[in-house]
Amino acid sequence: MNTLIEVEQLYRYYGDHCAVKNVGFTLEKGEILGFLGPNGAGKSTTMQIICGNLAPSSGRIVVNGVDMLDQPREAKRALGYLPEIPPLYRELTVDEYLEYCAQLHRIPRRRQARAIAIARERCGLGDVGARLINNLSKGYQQRVGIAQAIIHMPAVIILDEPTVGLDPIQIREIRELIRELGKEHGVILSTHILPEVQESCTHVQIIHQGQLVLRDTIDGLERQMSNSSLLLTTARPLDVERVNGLDAVQSVDDLGAHQYRVYHEKDGNPAEQIARTVVESGCGLLEMVAERRSLEQVFIDMTNTADSLQELPS
Amino acid sequence: MMALIIAAREFRTLFISPLAWAVLGVMQLILGFMFLTQLDYYLMLQPRIAGMEDAPGITDMIIVPLFGNTGVLMLLVTPLLTMRLIAEERRNRTLSLLFSAPVSISEIILGKFFGVFAFLLVMVALIALMPLSLLLGGGLDFGKLAACLLAMALLLGSFASIGLYISAHSAQPTVAAVATFGALLGLWIIDWSGKSDDKSGGVLQELSLLHHYENLLRGLVSTTDLAYFFLVIFAFIVLSVHSLDNDRLQK
Repeated sequence: MNTLIEVEQLYRYYGDHCAVKNVGFTLEKGEILGFLGPNGAGKSTTMQIICGNLAPSSGRIVVNGVDMLDQPREAKRALGYLPEIPPLYRELTVDEYLEYCAQLHRIPRRRQARAIAIARERCGLGDVGARLINNLSKGYQQRVGIAQAIIHMPAVIILDEPTVGLDPIQIREIRELIRELGKEHGVILSTHILPEVQESCTHVQIIHQGQLVLRDTIDGLERQMSNSSLLLTTARPLDVERVNGLDAVQSVDDLGAHQYRVYHEKDGNPAEQIARTVVESGCGLLEMVAERRSLEQVFIDMTNTADSLQELPS
Repeated sequence: MMALIIAAREFRTLFISPLAWAVLGVMQLILGFMFLTQLDYYLMLQPRIAGMEDAPGITDMIIVPLFGNTGVLMLLVTPLLTMRLIAEERRNRTLSLLFSAPVSISEIILGKFFGVFAFLLVMVALIALMPLSLLLGGGLDFGKLAACLLAMALLLGSFASIGLYISAHSAQPTVAAVATFGALLGLWIIDWSGKSDDKSGGVLQELSLLHHYENLLRGLVSTTDLAYFFLVIFAFIVLSVHSLDNDRLQK
């Protein structure tokens, strides 16, 4: 059985406000699921619900085959959770803190020292074990937070914005760590940093106003982002009529200063044809670039067209 | 089992903070002073009451007033110890560590309670050393001393569970402290109004912490008083569990 998390028809209301609306998805072993969404879209709420920190208004969560609402204790054993603000006791040393976490997760006493050592090593906390958490830098505190989430080797690791407030080197290290964790565990990662998803995730899921608007693999997303327009720069004004007449071309936009954007159908790539046409018409082709929709654009499109939503197959 | 782990952590965390040491130190100083004053007073009276039949012994003259005063002092001090139990964790957002761990809400609350209660018992043990030092120069009524210690432990247990409940309700430790102090003081003096006429005072008197505490201090260990304290402790622990569970349900 490899399905680690099954979420079905999750709803969560705060008073009249519906924070999570009919969210459902699954997480398989070896998947790193990037959970994207603008601020206030319901990412953190969904994660808190999955981790049993918040009760859903309705819906079902199954973690590693155990229902979270029926048997929370059993289900939580398979979970490691790093909330947005790492739950650190600042007056403790790193070792004391991790020991407490190990105890809370019922790691037998004789295996505790080893579990702490492994978690510390994986998170690069080797030489700060005896230091007070309060005196550590933000990056190290974040790592202690991650160490806390993986110390009991849970089947599923849920990280809520793990790279917020870190410097670029630390971000790279944490991403590396996440990729490594993804090999043995299922990982859910929430973020609003888009390249992070492209870099470390295998699957992506966009949530907007409490609803899932996209659920795809990274490859699928790459396809979504594939080019459907070309940017031309010419020496002399382009014969727009002639380019427009080409089969695969849908439309041409004049951007001014002899720059044109040519929209074409997604399937075909008429670059060669267009180049020949432009050169033949003597406009002097200076530059031709295939435009890619960035993840940002996909994201903005997705969240803007959220009104015209159709039900997504989960 | 899990409650014990949380209790152990809570107990050790208390000793990491300077607050606990300050409380222990100040209490010991003040009570030591009170103890010595009481001893002085007794030595002054001793020649006069020596001839009396059924004269009060040192237990009555020194220990019972000492424990009475301790009760009042603890009324001020316990809120400072219980205020951070849940409120601070809520404020620092560390509650999610406990919520995400395979631990039930009752275990969290019991752990918190026993953690702070263990600390209060340490304090009782330190206070008990003062009466015991009298053994150097005389005898003690051990039955009465035991009743006093039991009364103290039960009173502090009630203080702790009320404080825990209020802490579970608030997001700011200081607010929890003030509210706890108010609640404890209210329960302490609730029978004042009833003292003048006995009819309406009955119910209020039964509610008063002080009333039951004084009964036990007198050496009368009756089921009524024991039941009162156990009920208070139990009721507020149950209420705390509900209050903390509300964090999960929210609105």
